[in-house]
Amino acid sequence: MSKKWFTTNRMTLTFILLGLIIFLFIIVPLIKMIVASDPKILFNTLLDSEVIGSIWLTLYAALIATTVGFFLGVPLAYLLARVNFPGKTLVEGLIDVPIVVPHTAAGIALLFVFGRNFFIGKAFHSVGIDFVDSTAGIVIAMLFVSIPFLIDSAKEGFKKVDVRLEKVSRTLGASPWQSFFKISVPLAWRSIVAGNIMMWARGISEFGAVIILAYHPMIAPILIYERFETYGLDYARPAAVLLILVCLIVFITLRTLVYRGEKA
Amino acid sequence: MIEIKKLYVKLGDFMLQDINLTVADGEYFIIVGPTGAGKTVLLESIAGLYPVKSGEIWVKGRLVTRLDPEKRGISIVYQDHVLFPHLSVKDNITFGLRLRKQTRHETEATLDWVSGLLGISQLLDRKPDTLSGGEQQKVALARALSIKPQVLLLDEPLSALDPESREGVQQELHQLHNRLQVTTIHVTHDFEEAIALGDHIAVLGEGQIKQVGTPEHIFRQPNSEFVARFAMARNIFFGEVVDKGNGNTVFSAEGTELAVATDLRGSRHASIRPEDILISPEPLRSSARNSFGGIITRVTDKGSTLYLTVNLPPDFICMVTRRSFEEMGLAEGKKVYITFKATAIHVF
Repeated sequence: MSKKWFTTNRMTLTFILLGLIIFLFIIVPLIKMIVASDPKILFNTLLDSEVIGSIWLTLYAALIATTVGFFLGVPLAYLLARVNFPGKTLVEGLIDVPIVVPHTAAGIALLFVFGRNFFIGKAFHSVGIDFVDSTAGIVIAMLFVSIPFLIDSAKEGFKKVDVRLEKVSRTLGASPWQSFFKISVPLAWRSIVAGNIMMWARGISEFGAVIILAYHPMIAPILIYERFETYGLDYARPAAVLLILVCLIVFITLRTLVYRGEKA
Repeated sequence: MIEIKKLYVKLGDFMLQDINLTVADGEYFIIVGPTGAGKTVLLESIAGLYPVKSGEIWVKGRLVTRLDPEKRGISIVYQDHVLFPHLSVKDNITFGLRLRKQTRHETEATLDWVSGLLGISQLLDRKPDTLSGGEQQKVALARALSIKPQVLLLDEPLSALDPESREGVQQELHQLHNRLQVTTIHVTHDFEEAIALGDHIAVLGEGQIKQVGTPEHIFRQPNSEFVARFAMARNIFFGEVVDKGNGNTVFSAEGTELAVATDLRGSRHASIRPEDILISPEPLRSSARNSFGGIITRVTDKGSTLYLTVNLPPDFICMVTRRSFEEMGLAEGKKVYITFKATAIHVF
């Protein structure tokens, strides 16, 4: 545990100045938008069932995506943290591809696979799940673009767990499953939860991939876009402010819960 | 009894080759070798935590080479203890017990027994990161012993300790083993530790077992240059600590009585570093309590320093600089005096 130390010198003063610029760049637009909103219009927006419905849809579609990602992504993260195999770097690189491709392109790629012209889309269709203009489509789009955040975070968490902790638990009688659930998961838990929060946040903010697969039902980012395109800035802003506020409250709460008790 | 037969373990770019060992029930067995010799990997192979390439491992008549580690009944204690950081001391110790179908009463009884044995009953509610190194080690030992293992594996248990506590822990390990008679395999790079604790010693080097035998056998009759060099890094003597009264304690070895400062008594070992011995052509007048005359029987040239073997008996290996060696005109067959302080001798 290293103690933090800090002295005031020219370098740190320069860094403070530069840091301040980028920090203001992040928060000024947010504050400006919130402050510039008329509270009355904001309140009326709260009663706008279309806005509330879309925000709700956004939150829970992202939650479903995160849940699916949790069950499929955590095992993969563990494997990547523990096993070395030829081509591992390539696999890790491919997992991060959704972060770097334009999300509209990602949406088109998903449409090819989950549309009804491909056998995967057909298979899902035969059990009653369609991905075009449906909540399932929103979930798939969110899952695709946000899963790398969970896998990467959980992987780093598992890497920090000393393999020998698992080894000792095995000698004491734990099966691989017991060792995983009693040692590895509890010790990597913070990283796993942080990855889930990041994934959920990324899902909520997704626009490009979702709009290709499912313009309707309308998630909040698409609703904001549509109102901006159709009616202009003043009409789009309250919905945008509301989405930002909901996100801020949710994430500040979650972050506080996850990092509670952690020493700086 | 543990039998290891023709074990081959691949280890990065080298290999443990043709390892054959037999460890009797209840024995304290030491594997000694330089750092990087593959000692930890050998232990992990025995525990089932490292894949072996070929060969067989038998524990009490059961072939365990391909058995899962949780089915072997072999506990391991790592050098840095590796306690579960998210669990209390109590939960660390009972981890293995809770995995077994035991009644709560049985688990509590074992916990009481093992924590009493190691004197850590007052630590049970603490978290590992609040413990000192020595306390962590006791918890790790308690955790390993809680499952009443067939074999206890110790990976450099004394190396992480500071020199002051090392001796105490060494004694405790010895006493613990005497009480429990659990078959123990202990790996170390310290030859003194090996001699002090081992019923038998195996010397591991260059991926192979170089020699197996009793401590005295290995020390007296090293079968190779490797073992000899490893064993002779220090002067180690086998003898007896005798109280002469008036606060005079001597270590008697091969007819020579060395003044020592120790509370230990009886059959012991003593060691002194070659660089702690002064060499002079005439007897020295000094406060050092040990001064003896002997004949130089061998000179080993190491460049800027030389190692002299001076026979009293026993043989003392002494280090001199080249300059001192030349100024004193030393050579094989010459008589010299060796001088050292009583406190320079380590009795163990």
